[in-house]
Amino acid sequence: MRAKLRRRSFLAGTAAAALPMPAIAQNKPVRIGLLTVKTGPLAQGGIQMEQGTNLFLKDRNNMLAGRKVELMVGDTGGNPAGTKTKAQELIERDNVDMIFGPLAAFELLAISDYVAAHKTPILSLAAAEDMSQRKPNPYFVRASGTSAQNMQPLADFAAKELKYKSVITISEDFAFGYEQMGGFQRVFEDAGGHVVKKLWPPIVTPDYTPYIAQLSGVDAVVQGFAGSNPLKFMKQYKDAGATLPVLGGGTAGDDALLKSFGDEAIGLVTASAYSSDLDTPVNKQFIAGMVRDTGAIPGLYAAGMYINGMVAEAALKTTGGNTDDKEALIKAMRAVSLEDSPRGPFHFDHFGNVVGSVYIRRLVKQDGKLAQRTIKTYQNVSQFWTFDEKWFLAQPVYSRDYPPLKS
Amino acid sequence: MNLWLILSVNSVTLGGLLFLLSAGFSLIFGLMRIPNLTHGSMFMLGAYFGVTCIAWGFGFWTAAVAAGLGVALFGAIIERFVLRRLAGAELAQVLVTLGLSFMVADVCLMQWGGDPISVETPPALRGATAVFGLAFPTYRLAIILIAAVIAAALWLLMDRTRLGAMIRAAVDDPAMARVVGIRVSHLFTIVFALGAGLAGFAGVIGGPILSVYPGLDQDMLPLALVVVILGGSGSLLGSLAGSFVVGFLYNFGQVMFPELAYVVLFLPMLIVLVVRPQGLFGRVTL
Repeated sequence: MRAKLRRRSFLAGTAAAALPMPAIAQNKPVRIGLLTVKTGPLAQGGIQMEQGTNLFLKDRNNMLAGRKVELMVGDTGGNPAGTKTKAQELIERDNVDMIFGPLAAFELLAISDYVAAHKTPILSLAAAEDMSQRKPNPYFVRASGTSAQNMQPLADFAAKELKYKSVITISEDFAFGYEQMGGFQRVFEDAGGHVVKKLWPPIVTPDYTPYIAQLSGVDAVVQGFAGSNPLKFMKQYKDAGATLPVLGGGTAGDDALLKSFGDEAIGLVTASAYSSDLDTPVNKQFIAGMVRDTGAIPGLYAAGMYINGMVAEAALKTTGGNTDDKEALIKAMRAVSLEDSPRGPFHFDHFGNVVGSVYIRRLVKQDGKLAQRTIKTYQNVSQFWTFDEKWFLAQPVYSRDYPPLKS
Repeated sequence: MNLWLILSVNSVTLGGLLFLLSAGFSLIFGLMRIPNLTHGSMFMLGAYFGVTCIAWGFGFWTAAVAAGLGVALFGAIIERFVLRRLAGAELAQVLVTLGLSFMVADVCLMQWGGDPISVETPPALRGATAVFGLAFPTYRLAIILIAAVIAAALWLLMDRTRLGAMIRAAVDDPAMARVVGIRVSHLFTIVFALGAGLAGFAGVIGGPILSVYPGLDQDMLPLALVVVILGGSGSLLGSLAGSFVVGFLYNFGQVMFPELAYVVLFLPMLIVLVVRPQGLFGRVTL
């Protein structure tokens, strides 16, 4: 029944679009397709993405730049094939004007060429470096950042402010882990530090203790875990009696995990593009809305989608609400520069990747609750950090063995 | 040197947890001849039940037992009303358990949300205890003790009671057991409930180490499979031995051959399947 109705309204929609009446085209709603994950292990982030998007649209009464907004949600199931199917549905059946999501790099890579061929702007959270570096997609916009974008400032902070000389890194055995730790290693070693060892537990590791037993003889441990793994890792780390300070990336100390962490996470220092303690009007409003709707402090997935909504809104204002000219729309998106957003001020580089603040935070206990306290803000952080762009792109992408360990 | 000692003790504690998980799996496998693919879901469901019980104000141990009973009841219902109707159709039963595992995962996601939930370690067992001059998490040592108690209780049940004798008879030769008047189908329900309950109990016991999150079921199921194939299905001694073998393989493999963590874990399973399909102590071939 539902499919029938949809098909009929789809036919009606295409018929209307075929008529040469631009005024009607302007009155039809802007369609945003959200690719998210609602089942399986990635669902935690996926649900937060949907919550962030919903809150944004609620805050704007479903109106952007004078046009009504329709949100189409596709559940990718957290796998590349499902992502491809849902992307096709959104673009070919629902005729969406832009896509928010998907969450994971392997989902994004499965549809990158397809959405580019259909000239659909895509605002993703997936952090794969080469999407905005060596294999750029002209319709890609990323307001959250690359895998290494948080880790490069974190390495700078670890070497220069915390005065650490040597570290061991530990992160999941997949591209996001490699890219995070590659970025950390390059900047840390340029500043005179030494990465002694890099450990890669499989994504599914029920017990980290065999790895934790190897973490010794250095100044600190750098972890790049994501999803529910940071929770498990910190708990087992503390249980094993390990005492070295722990640093981490955005997902490793995500603010959405604050309600799940225990006291074992106190003292964790992480670098993230989003911090719930950022004191700006928009962030305050965003957090209040999320606490009201979901009962918890939001993290980077919800914030990322809220910010994507703001990018879409600003771009639509530039084009006067017009979404038919996709070239103009993506150009307007990449030209967006906002002073106040949940992640503070940001703009985009010519690859469509964000240039914005990275917050170094310490996890503390405040009034009996866990909270993040920003100890340093790096402003205008680019995916290339302080490196020359040409030089950076001439190097191989960060990987499991690149940069290599120095003995 | 210390590293190896830490790994050894940790291997034993992981083995203990795996035994709690896989003992029921092995019994179900041995008796009903099906790998119960909902077993990981029972583990996860137990963990979530435990979380809810703790949130209601029950103590950790009460919550663990209550969760075990709750999951046992759930297992009995599934056996009695679903698997029973497919008696004899092993392939259909396996597919049903697979389908159920996805359904349980979805319902858990809806009920408890996608956020990982951590389970507090019982206060008395927090901190570390010195063993051989090295500090070990007290709770992990307690798991060894729990596993030993459960192993002893199961052994008594299987070896010293009438029910145990009937189960052993049905594992060895179900047709003959029926002939001598054992109601094998009742045993199916009992063993399925027992296995599910043990897995649910293990889910709560594992909670303080693993935490609870969507996907926990799929993380644990392969471990139970490896244990049972290595040790041999239908045999308590087999799951005990298999658990510790996997505990050691897992811990030492990840340190010595980090790139091959999964190969180290699954290669022995493959070899056992080819060379000795009934497993190290198995009573039944696959």
